[in-house]
Amino acid sequence: MEKRNVVLSTKGIGKYFYEPVKFKVLDNISFEAYKGEFLTLVGKSGSGKSTLLYCLSTMDTTYEGELYIENEKVTGKKTDDLAALRNKSIGFIFQFHYLLPEFTCLKNVMLPALKLGKFTYEEVEAQAYQKLEMLGLKDQALKPTSKLSGGQQQRVSIARSLINNPQIIMCDEPTGNLDSKNTQIVFDIFKQIAHEYGQTIIAVTHDNDFAKASDRTIELADGKITNLDKKNFD
Amino acid sequence: MRKKSVNIDIALTHILTRRKQTLVACLGVTLGVAVYLFMNSLSNGFSIYSRGEIFKNSAHIKIYKEDEISKPFTEPSNETELVAIVNPQITTLSKTLINPQGILDKIKSQFFLTHAIAQVNVDVFYNNGKSQLKGTANGVNILEADAMFNISSYMVAGSLKDLNGNLGGIVIGKGIAEKMNVRLDDNIVVSSSLGITKTLKVKGIFSTGSAVADQSKSYINISTAQQFAKEGPSYVTTIYANTINADKSPEYAKTLQQFTEYKVEPWQITNADVLSGDLVRNTMMGAISLSILVIAAFGIYNILNMTVMQKINDIAILKATGFSGGDVIKIFVTEALIMGLFGCVIGLAVGGVLIAIMSNIWMGPPVGYFPIYFTQSIFASSFILGMLATFGAGYIPARKASKVDPVEIFRK
Repeated sequence: MEKRNVVLSTKGIGKYFYEPVKFKVLDNISFEAYKGEFLTLVGKSGSGKSTLLYCLSTMDTTYEGELYIENEKVTGKKTDDLAALRNKSIGFIFQFHYLLPEFTCLKNVMLPALKLGKFTYEEVEAQAYQKLEMLGLKDQALKPTSKLSGGQQQRVSIARSLINNPQIIMCDEPTGNLDSKNTQIVFDIFKQIAHEYGQTIIAVTHDNDFAKASDRTIELADGKITNLDKKNFD
Repeated sequence: MRKKSVNIDIALTHILTRRKQTLVACLGVTLGVAVYLFMNSLSNGFSIYSRGEIFKNSAHIKIYKEDEISKPFTEPSNETELVAIVNPQITTLSKTLINPQGILDKIKSQFFLTHAIAQVNVDVFYNNGKSQLKGTANGVNILEADAMFNISSYMVAGSLKDLNGNLGGIVIGKGIAEKMNVRLDDNIVVSSSLGITKTLKVKGIFSTGSAVADQSKSYINISTAQQFAKEGPSYVTTIYANTINADKSPEYAKTLQQFTEYKVEPWQITNADVLSGDLVRNTMMGAISLSILVIAAFGIYNILNMTVMQKINDIAILKATGFSGGDVIKIFVTEALIMGLFGCVIGLAVGGVLIAIMSNIWMGPPVGYFPIYFTQSIFASSFILGMLATFGAGYIPARKASKVDPVEIFRK
């Protein structure tokens, strides 16, 4: 564990909810996530695990403490800079796929890369095809997203999260809507992403089997980290 | 489609996947712009028409001797004097302008003058047998007056050339001809208030469209008019001048005022009543057409607002994957502007066709064809206003979209 590269770290992150009453949801959260690590966050409902993920995602900026991504302090940056950072370094997968219904699967995957603007349209298209192929969806590429099954839609959204080869992929209940077969497919993809491509996955889940099979599990309870490397899933 | 056009790409896809809504929004703008263009052209046409009517009878600038009025009382210069109070009355002895040729020469040297003529106006009675009609005879050099007032364009009988240099000739209004029952080359007896009576031959009849002018006005040679006024050849009551730009007449009048002690009056003051009517009409039409345009913009606002509501999830994921608030604004404003552009272009075409149809409708004399005129500036302003309205209508929902907090959406 010693000489591993830290990709994301937090120092004393705390957050309050003000509605309906002032309530501390996160309390002094400090941890590190390493390169190529498949990390899961578990905890009971209301333990603050999703809230933590959205703080890490840079979309929620109303927290105290400090967040570092790739050794760069992210806390306090402007929203436009944060958007650019997300575009380049963070991929997102949610319980719901959030694919744009007007576009084909291919175009959905391409959009973040077109926004990044690092490659030409043709190059981006080729990369998107490659990601879809990796997820076994190449033949679905030109279909509108509504024509796909739930599992396929979720895999398209995974392809979208990977298109810019981000350092970190954040997932909020990625298998929450999937049956066991599709859950297994998604799980295998995650393993592959983390171990073969060295990208870090931070996934919030309440699926104990899913968490158990990940590299490391952080457990939260009442806004505090109770276990930085949970091994016991009884 | 390169880097910069991702936003446009998304905007176009949104528009193309909702063709019906887009069409409705476009039609709204089309209608608004068409009506705006049409009404402003109408208003412009009326203004040009009514101004044409004004310039049939009055020049851009008029120079005349203003009536002098005696002071109602004189201030005492010291305490022992008394205050004298008198009834104010006109003390002008003669309406003549002294050295009219000098004034004409001086003002004609100004670059902005196109024409300047001297005129002698005399109050006269037109007599034929027992019937008598009161009016004004304008003593002019008829060819110069024609160049200025374009009298020949509303002549209905005879010719102005026959009056030129013909001291026994007269050109009368149509109303006089009818009431006096005279025709071309008939004789008419004209007598002035100073007792001079002459028999003149009708050399022409004009119809200005204004009953008042047609029933009182006549043109005679300036020397004939001087004889009616019992004055010599230096007697001139009024100098009329036309300028290169009628709208700038007040400024030009100020410049001319420096050359003479007589009153220099631009046509705007002489015709203030007509102009204020024009102003009210233009303001009203402008307000109505502008509000129609605003209502059209509301159509776009509504549709985009609805789109933003429907697409709130899409906006959230775009923001999560790295599109900034500015990008989101660009996407929705682009949508509005595309709809606005189509709407405006079609609207201008529809408005143009409407104007073309209207301008070919014959209204009969004295109006002629329906007075509707459009200028490039009205086209341009309709287009710009249409685009501005759509921009405004697009920007408000776009801003709302840019403020969507993705976390709130994802946590639902």
